[in-house]
Amino acid sequence: MAMNLKEIETLIKEALPDASVNIQDLAGDGNHYSATVISSEFSGKSKIEQHKMVYNSLKGKMGNELHALAIKTQEKNGSTN
Amino acid sequence: MDQQTKDLITNNIDSNDVCLFMKGTPDAPQCGFSMAVSNILKILDVKFVGINVLENESLRQAIKEYSDWPTIPQLYVKKEFVGGCDIIKEMYENGELSKLLESKNIEFKAKN
Repeated sequence: MAMNLKEIETLIKEALPDASVNIQDLAGDGNHYSATVISSEFSGKSKIEQHKMVYNSLKGKMGNELHALAIKTQEKNGSTN
Repeated sequence: MDQQTKDLITNNIDSNDVCLFMKGTPDAPQCGFSMAVSNILKILDVKFVGINVLENESLRQAIKEYSDWPTIPQLYVKKEFVGGCDIIKEMYENGELSKLLESKNIEFKAKN
């Protein structure tokens, strides 16, 4: 069971409202995505914690409906972004 | 998670300084993400043990719960969970992985 791109984006934005989310369908099969997520909520958190926040936003779909999602997280630092 | 599987995980993490839970083996990875991490460790000449979760369905599920991490591969260095494929790739590219190995006294060959 695949997920569409918009669905992933919506879930991430629900959990991290200030985030800029850029998702790409890597293989064009609705099953292998990459997501770049930039949010101020990542500041002061380790990479593991940041990635967990993104995984958590997907409410257990990661590893199930969603087979592969490469994640890149960045902190949004105030006015510079 | 049953006790036997939990013991299997902790025994592996305790007895191997660098321990990669992966799909397939370092010589025959069964998934591109597992291959990527295994290759990074090979390039750095790190001595590591690859544990094939595809050989044990309860281990495959239990390791996700144990690390509170939904995907495989998962890398442990000196009992500490370092991350999955995206984090390891990023740490390799920006030099943080070498720093981590150095700080944990793991032998490796520096990237030129």
